[in-house]
Amino acid sequence: MEPVTPKVDAARLLDEWLAAHERKELLRFLTCGNVDDGKSTLIGRLLLETESVPLDVLAAVEKDSRARGSQGEKTDLAFLTDGLKAEREQGITIDVAYRTFTTEKRRFILADTPGHEQYTRNMATGASTADLAILVVDARNGVTTQTRRHTTITSLLGIRQVIVAVNKMDLVDFDREAFERVRIAFEAFALKLPRRETSFIPIAALDGDNVTMRSQRLGWYSGPTVLELLETLPVDAALNRVDFRFPVQLALRPSGDFRGFAGTVASGAVRPGDAVVVLPAGRATQVARIVTFPTEGQSEVAEARAGDAVTLVLADQVDCARGDVIAHPDNRPTLSNRIAAQLVWMAEAPLTVGREYLLKHTTHETPATVSRVVHRLDVETLESREASELGLNEIGVVELRTARPLVFDSYGSNRATGALIMIDRLSAETVAAGMIDASAMGHWLDPTNAHLRASMSGVTTAERTARLGQVPVTVLFTGLSGSGKTATARALERALFDLGKTCVVLDGSAMRQGLSRDLGFSAADRSENMRRSMEFARTLNQAGLIVLAAFAAPQEDMRSRCRTLIGAEQFLLVHLAAPLERCRERDPSGVYRDAAAGVLRDVMGIDVPYETPRDADLVLASDALGPDECAQRVLAALRSRGAIR
Amino acid sequence: MPPALGTEQIGIRHLDQLEAEAIYIIRETVASFERPVMLYSVGKDSTAMLHLARKAFWPGTLPFPVLHIDTGWKFKEMYEYRDRYVKGELGLELLVHRNAEGVAAGVGPITHGSRVHTDVMKTQALRQALILHRFDAAFGGARRDEEKSRAKERVFSLRDEHHRWDPRAQRPELWNIYNTRLRPGESVRVFPLSNWTELDVWLYVKREKLPVVPLYFAAKRRVIERDGTLLMLDDDRMKLKPDEQPTQKSVRFRTLGCWPLTGAVESVASTLDEIILELIASRYSERQGRVIDHDASGSMEDKKREGYF
Ligand SMILES: Nc1nc2c(ncn2[C@@H]2O[C@H](COP(=O)(O)OP(=O)(O)O)[C@@H](O)[C@H]2O)c(=O)[nH]1
Repeated sequence: MEPVTPKVDAARLLDEWLAAHERKELLRFLTCGNVDDGKSTLIGRLLLETESVPLDVLAAVEKDSRARGSQGEKTDLAFLTDGLKAEREQGITIDVAYRTFTTEKRRFILADTPGHEQYTRNMATGASTADLAILVVDARNGVTTQTRRHTTITSLLGIRQVIVAVNKMDLVDFDREAFERVRIAFEAFALKLPRRETSFIPIAALDGDNVTMRSQRLGWYSGPTVLELLETLPVDAALNRVDFRFPVQLALRPSGDFRGFAGTVASGAVRPGDAVVVLPAGRATQVARIVTFPTEGQSEVAEARAGDAVTLVLADQVDCARGDVIAHPDNRPTLSNRIAAQLVWMAEAPLTVGREYLLKHTTHETPATVSRVVHRLDVETLESREASELGLNEIGVVELRTARPLVFDSYGSNRATGALIMIDRLSAETVAAGMIDASAMGHWLDPTNAHLRASMSGVTTAERTARLGQVPVTVLFTGLSGSGKTATARALERALFDLGKTCVVLDGSAMRQGLSRDLGFSAADRSENMRRSMEFARTLNQAGLIVLAAFAAPQEDMRSRCRTLIGAEQFLLVHLAAPLERCRERDPSGVYRDAAAGVLRDVMGIDVPYETPRDADLVLASDALGPDECAQRVLAALRSRGAIR
Repeated sequence: MPPALGTEQIGIRHLDQLEAEAIYIIRETVASFERPVMLYSVGKDSTAMLHLARKAFWPGTLPFPVLHIDTGWKFKEMYEYRDRYVKGELGLELLVHRNAEGVAAGVGPITHGSRVHTDVMKTQALRQALILHRFDAAFGGARRDEEKSRAKERVFSLRDEHHRWDPRAQRPELWNIYNTRLRPGESVRVFPLSNWTELDVWLYVKREKLPVVPLYFAAKRRVIERDGTLLMLDDDRMKLKPDEQPTQKSVRFRTLGCWPLTGAVESVASTLDEIILELIASRYSERQGRVIDHDASGSMEDKKREGYF
């Protein structure tokens, strides 16, 4: 090591160095790709060429590499990062390794994550704290299942910047076509994902082409090198700087009169004097002081921002404990014990509906059960599939019920308050990573926007009833495909009209040709279609009209939401209980035929369960009765309810 | 009032960022475990970590004891510093544990070699102390940049009932949400300095004006060269080989451990600023002076599996 002389200059030299370096931005990124696509080699290159490898370490790697490496006389750079012996022996990276390195422009923390399929969980781990992902693709193999899986995971975990490094260009003669093929295949796939910035670079990691130095052999490529991109792409810090959230870690009560709440500001900023609420209880108070360890005699600060670890002293003696969240009263997170989240399942034993897990979110821990698997995501096609459980490495949307309410935001708008993990109570293993989606089911919940208030109508319900001669209700006809829902609704419509009543028929095809034209057939979309139909029905009811809604509505949970949304007094659930064999025989719309031919999937009663209603107001054997008779029975029920006379 | 924490410009100063992260981890540990303890090795990393813990609970005091695993072979200056700073100046509750059986058997690095000495006096001693006090979480000052098996270490690192680490049974750590559940007999090691580098620690020592053991600063010291390592003769327990001649050299230590196992580096950096500048210019790793890492490639990992910190 070179001695530094002359001594007198040390303080000044260091000050200069600090001025240039202490404010360097930090970029956290992860690398992912298939086994053997060359991640470790790429990382080794980056570390080597940014002079981040100590010389004694390099010497040891050279020695190891000559003894056991795959590159003959060349140093196997993968040895720099493949830390664990077991991995080295198997020749695969099995875990996440973190490394720090610095260049003239930035500091980096890199998470090296494995490519082996069963280690998806490690990738999600690396991605959870990253701003950017480098996806390594072997130019010879192109975009594979693993590439798609990794892309999907980075996207789910909120990474919006991706570098696709098309590696081993030396093995395809530096051919531009090969590179373009990968780019086109990748773009076609990524189209279905949320917006992201993707850069494509042809590289040969082993020799260093386009890693930190521009490659002569890839002269047709004029874009930046991998390092240039890392140094210039925006540091899209995952921090939300707007919405103040402070999850309390600990109450500090060292002496009689001091009482403070220690924690790290998860997002936004707070100043002394700010009005705040302590959630979930909702108690209002003010921030009296923001306290930190004294520097130069000062132990109070004028502001604490996202990422700062501080202690808040509140103006009043309100109840506040670990797991509570302090926020501004006019900008509150969502509060609910029912949430929808995207889960990456990480355990051998599949996720089980109804089983109790521990859920950890910010500093809060609560028992939680999965009430429903909304759907599973097919990472190959990005389509949603019906599912009743999630297996190892599967990704899906679930609904959770928590024992104590969560105070949260959507992961998309606030990583810190939208992320959760699930823990198995027996094994104490982390079984899932979750990203809360306040919109997936949130829209079935009450809107949280305080500015929304319904305007009051000047026409009363009694006035409408008097004019129309009817009390508005919504009749929901549920049943299998072919059970006669629409036919019965139409027969009832005729009968009501003939009695001088005013009604509207809503059914799936009417909705999907209009209001729900933008929706597909995933579970989430079906749920949304149902919600829109019910909102529409409610509006029509408010106008005094009777609504006859013919929808399959196969899940108990969904139907009970409909009942709640419409209001139990105005809701009539009619189950058209024709047996599956009869429905299949009739098959008016040909779905059973197509399902049998394998052309159509997700058909109720075939590959999607139909949950028989236990709370139907009326159960009719529609196959035996026929639409007209069914309509008459419903009419009678409406009469006895007092809806019509 | 002083300016807000964090930045006036873009980004947060990185030491502030590292500090906040460490404080968060330390607070999470105290909130989640019943009997935490902070391991204190007397080195710069431990000293930085201890300071962070004081910050985490200020104006309160440390809600856990500090434990020094004493092999009996630390440099004299380390003992002096420990008693002066931790016990004296900070007035903290310092537990010191030695493996009594090891002491009785006369285990030492010179007679038994680095492997046996480290295993008995450090790994087993630590295990004894953790069991004795039933600690369920032990803070350590290890950093990911120290050694490549450390790079895969978690912040909350699970140990089985035998205090062993299984690199294949690590829990995924997502975001900053730590799974702190334990099954009976299990415990964790917690590493609040995981993302720090050697340079970060020194910059922090400077910024916070922390005292460190004088051995980190270059001075003329009596050394011999053995197997390519410069050893400082701290007492007369080491027998010199016939061809070994002690000489006076200007040396310092980048890491401190048992004196017969810790190599010095030649240096004239005798102030904190000079050390930092030297480090900025250096292209050698800090562990280069550690004899135990060189036993065999992958040896650090073997030690960790056995329960070495
Ligand atoms: N020809 C060629 N081989 C490469 C290149 N990059 C990596 N390799 C080799 O591909 C193999 C797998 O690389 P490695 O980095 O271990 O892949 P990982 O499993 O993705 O980390 C090793 O033998 C590398 O030397 C490249 O650009 N060209």
